[in-house]
Amino acid sequence: MLEKNPVIFIILAFVVIMIGTAITMIAPFKWINSAGDRIAEVKPYTPLQQEGRDLYMREGCNNCHSQTVRTLASDVERYGNGGTYSKSGEFVYDRPHLWGSRRTGPDLARIGLKFPDPKGAWHRKHMENPQSVVPASNMPSYAFLNQPLDTTYSERKMKLLKFPYTQADLDDLKGKSEMDAIIAYMRKLGTDVPVNKAETATLINVDVK
Amino acid sequence: MKAPTRYVDDSVKGFITWSIIWGTIAVIVGIVISLQLAWPQLNAAPYLTYGRLRPIHTNAGIFGWGIGSFIAMFFYITQRLTKTPLWSPKLARVTLWIFNVAIASAAVTLALGINRTKEYAELEWPLAIVVAILWVLFSINVFMTILKRKEKQMYISLWYIMAALVGVTVLYVVNNLGMPLHLFKSYSAFSGTNDANVQWWYGHNAVAMVLTVPPLAIFYYFLPKITNNPIYSHRMGIIAFWSLIFMYLWTGAHHLLWTPVPDWIQTVAMAFSIMLIAPSWGAVMNGYLTMNGQWEKMKSNYLVKFMIVGITFYGLQTLQGPMQAVRSFSAFIHYTDWVPGHVHMGTMGWVSMVLFGATYYVATKLSDTEIYSVKLANTHFWLVLVGQLIYSITMWTAGVQQGSMLLATTPDGTLQYSFMETMIAIFPYYKIRAVSGFIYLAGLAVFIYNIYKTFQKGADSPAVKA
Repeated sequence: MLEKNPVIFIILAFVVIMIGTAITMIAPFKWINSAGDRIAEVKPYTPLQQEGRDLYMREGCNNCHSQTVRTLASDVERYGNGGTYSKSGEFVYDRPHLWGSRRTGPDLARIGLKFPDPKGAWHRKHMENPQSVVPASNMPSYAFLNQPLDTTYSERKMKLLKFPYTQADLDDLKGKSEMDAIIAYMRKLGTDVPVNKAETATLINVDVK
Repeated sequence: MKAPTRYVDDSVKGFITWSIIWGTIAVIVGIVISLQLAWPQLNAAPYLTYGRLRPIHTNAGIFGWGIGSFIAMFFYITQRLTKTPLWSPKLARVTLWIFNVAIASAAVTLALGINRTKEYAELEWPLAIVVAILWVLFSINVFMTILKRKEKQMYISLWYIMAALVGVTVLYVVNNLGMPLHLFKSYSAFSGTNDANVQWWYGHNAVAMVLTVPPLAIFYYFLPKITNNPIYSHRMGIIAFWSLIFMYLWTGAHHLLWTPVPDWIQTVAMAFSIMLIAPSWGAVMNGYLTMNGQWEKMKSNYLVKFMIVGITFYGLQTLQGPMQAVRSFSAFIHYTDWVPGHVHMGTMGWVSMVLFGATYYVATKLSDTEIYSVKLANTHFWLVLVGQLIYSITMWTAGVQQGSMLLATTPDGTLQYSFMETMIAIFPYYKIRAVSGFIYLAGLAVFIYNIYKTFQKGADSPAVKA
């Protein structure tokens, strides 16, 4: 019967593939990114950071760099940069996600914690000539990012993504290069979650034996 | 004797030709990016950087070579199994045009950095729509041919073909949903962890619906044709088919083990990945048992060699895959070169081997002649086999080495090696891998020459003109 009726066959095949799809792909929308996942401190991208993120996508950085610190001690120690493993709530503003699938370069989920210099001097030097800071690196040079940033769509991006922005944020784009944008994005990555509260913590006297 | 049905094969030939062209480009770009990983100064210009070329390599391989030759083979097989000419030869010709325009535009836009970054769904929305239309037009043509068929019974290959038609459509459309900003830029309809979960539901089932189901349809059709023996078990075919298409869809999250994706989805994916060994090996055993009593054909028939070595790589692939889907092993090799090693056993070993065999067979049938040179076909076989084995073994070794170094700790619990040290350790493997690419390309050149000569021989033979 089944082998003789293509219409019934194709409908049945559709139903069969939709079972696993419904349970593992559609149903999780109910839990993922819901209130329980949210982290108050995680902020959307500013116009400059979002431009940087789009450049990261344009250059296909995700082909070599992942953006998830797994819940493995070695991952946390190597890529956590003092922070913890990645949490779902940290990615709610990421369209698309950029977790990647291959680490030809290190994970960048918490790269923002690594170089506190507000001007991003290390990043600039590294992007322009990776081998000048990491001699054996096989990363291509991205010196060509030293060109004016196209801000035609910056405001529209904010509106489309429903991210809050101010006029000051837009003014901040003026005179910026593509390099400035991608560095702004690098410096934001993984910094939202309060990782090290030791300085602000209140000391209590505990007898440690 | 009844007059034979007149099949329409011009588009079959067209798709074979163009898929080989795109496949060759995929291999050449693959070699270029493998060299770039060893010598970064080869990233000559922005549009020639690794980050922009790698999606061209994967898209040309999966969509150009894979989808292109599957369309050719589906047109060919469906007509024979239904004893019915193609529903619309004109639509088939239009499909070929759309196909070539889509793949060429994909290459150009990706080089320009127009890239959604979701793996194997990188094309921006206007192109994604073109691809979807292409697939639907092709599906209608095949499905209408099946509906109008003269042979009532539908052989196993037709089930796999129909599953691929509906499966690819669902996967491709959902993962490409987005919010367009302008003609060349859109943002995903899903965000963060949701987007990752949708992406790997798609990513892994692209492996199922594009790189498993179609080559199985082809394998089930051509092995009996080549050996002149029926498939070992129809019933085993039924069981393997339904369990395969049922189980595959649960396994996407094995690409996301240890990430923020909910644990239960990861565990379910892990369990179903292990279970998939059964239907996968159902097909493998159906192939092997068909060979019972005629194994000497491995020596005497070059086509059998392509098919049986192909299905053997499928068997190995579907053992290695489930192993990688287990949390503990994934922790060790995920994100390393082990994974490209695995993928290329599937693409260069399993899928391409079966396609090479099928293409030789179809080329001789379309030309109504014998193959130009069996000797060259054998040379081709050994070159691509050796090239692929060197590729995969090198990458598995590199993956194990880097994986161990990344996890290694000193007695005080700190990491023993810096990231860069782990990379320096595997650079030599990158050079060996590039060599394997050249060997594979040489095999491909022999294949192309042999096919070209066979078509030419057919054009000269009076039998076809008559």
